Amino acid sequence: MSTDTGTVTTPEAAPLPADGGSGTPPRRGILTPFNVIAGLIILLGAWLTWQRFTGGLGAISHLSNNQPWGVWIGFDLLTGVALAAGGYTTAAAVYLFGQKQYHAAVRPAVLTGFLGYALVVFALLYDVGRPLRLPYPFVISPGVTSVMFEVGACVALYLTVLFLEFSPAPLEWLGWTRLRNFMIKLTIPLTIFGVVLSTLHQSSLGAMFLITPAKLHPLWYSNYLPVFFFVSSIAAGMAMVIFEGTLSHSIFRRQVDPAHEEEHHAVIFGFAKATSLVLMGYFGIKVVGVAVSNNWHLLGTRYGLWFLLEMLGFVALPAFLFGVGVREKKLGLIRFTALLTVLGIVLNRLNVAIICFNYRLPAAQRYVPSWKEIGLSVFIVTVGLVAFRFIVTRMPILHDDPAYKDAH
Amino acid sequence: MLAVIHTLQEFMTRTKGIVYLLILAYLIGFPLWWRFLNRNNKDD
Repeated sequence: MSTDTGTVTTPEAAPLPADGGSGTPPRRGILTPFNVIAGLIILLGAWLTWQRFTGGLGAISHLSNNQPWGVWIGFDLLTGVALAAGGYTTAAAVYLFGQKQYHAAVRPAVLTGFLGYALVVFALLYDVGRPLRLPYPFVISPGVTSVMFEVGACVALYLTVLFLEFSPAPLEWLGWTRLRNFMIKLTIPLTIFGVVLSTLHQSSLGAMFLITPAKLHPLWYSNYLPVFFFVSSIAAGMAMVIFEGTLSHSIFRRQVDPAHEEEHHAVIFGFAKATSLVLMGYFGIKVVGVAVSNNWHLLGTRYGLWFLLEMLGFVALPAFLFGVGVREKKLGLIRFTALLTVLGIVLNRLNVAIICFNYRLPAAQRYVPSWKEIGLSVFIVTVGLVAFRFIVTRMPILHDDPAYKDAH
Repeated sequence: MLAVIHTLQEFMTRTKGIVYLLILAYLIGFPLWWRFLNRNNKDD
């Protein structure tokens, strides 16, 4: 996993760091803190994987008939899909709405989206009882009247779309020019297809909970759940682009060429402004959700205070702080707010799937994830980080490949 | 808001009325927020 020693395949593909160096990171040996920690987590994950597939779901999880969807669905799937929405929002902004000044953000966002969706499917293999039957709905018994079928079909198709959208980067790395040029020609149709699929399944993830009006707390349950999930995914995706971009430009500084560094600030301010507007809209429709169900009286309860914390602390406050950050040109404030927004989305999805689900059950029967479930989730995130680092340190993600510079 | 509601008619009248007022507030508030966000850019 010594990706720090990673080299690019051709001298032309080397990034152009500001210091004028070759772009190849200095050799630091294999025992870096990241490698050691990631290695230990992956070993733990391998052990948990062995337990899961030899002992079944009960061997490592607290899932039950009351709560068949736990942290793997609430965090890995629902949150993972929402945070991976940066792929379609950024691609749509650049290729469909002509916001070319954000072009530098497309490849990192598409990579984040691709890895995010890949890990969602990876996590699903642990969660479903018989993972080898995952393709059954497509080839054996399609349940076309089920929302879950629609989610499954969209995620499978969108993962394929993201792979194709991402493919020019590895193809440039491999030097397969003709195939890369062909894939570039597919950019617009793929982007349109990606937006359509994302609109469908981001909302359908919320629609899956429409079947649980008696289980999900009324402040989170609403007929508008599909709209809530879709709109919040746009904000989550854009906040994630800012958050991920900030980390990437800090950690992989040597991979970033000056042009990308320059565009990065435009991306942050532009996306912060857009996220602020989307969060304001999201806050508005959430209040409408409370109003149409006449649930005002629940705001004074314990769950109500929790709801207010989510709405005011992780939706209204970030919307306001993004606005202040854009007006005052405060990069630090915007970056902090992006983190706040990401945490807000995590909280919202966990509230819907776990915390405020089965709220009527006695405490003793409520679901609390086992440490092994959480460990497996940490393992899955770590696999994503390792894959992200492997790709970013080798392929033209944070810089343009000089051989294709004029082709963008 | 906390008054007792006896019929569906009362429920719909009350909730729809509040939603219309909220939408009116958003129709006024959103352009103001848009101006707040963009004013600095014009100054630059």
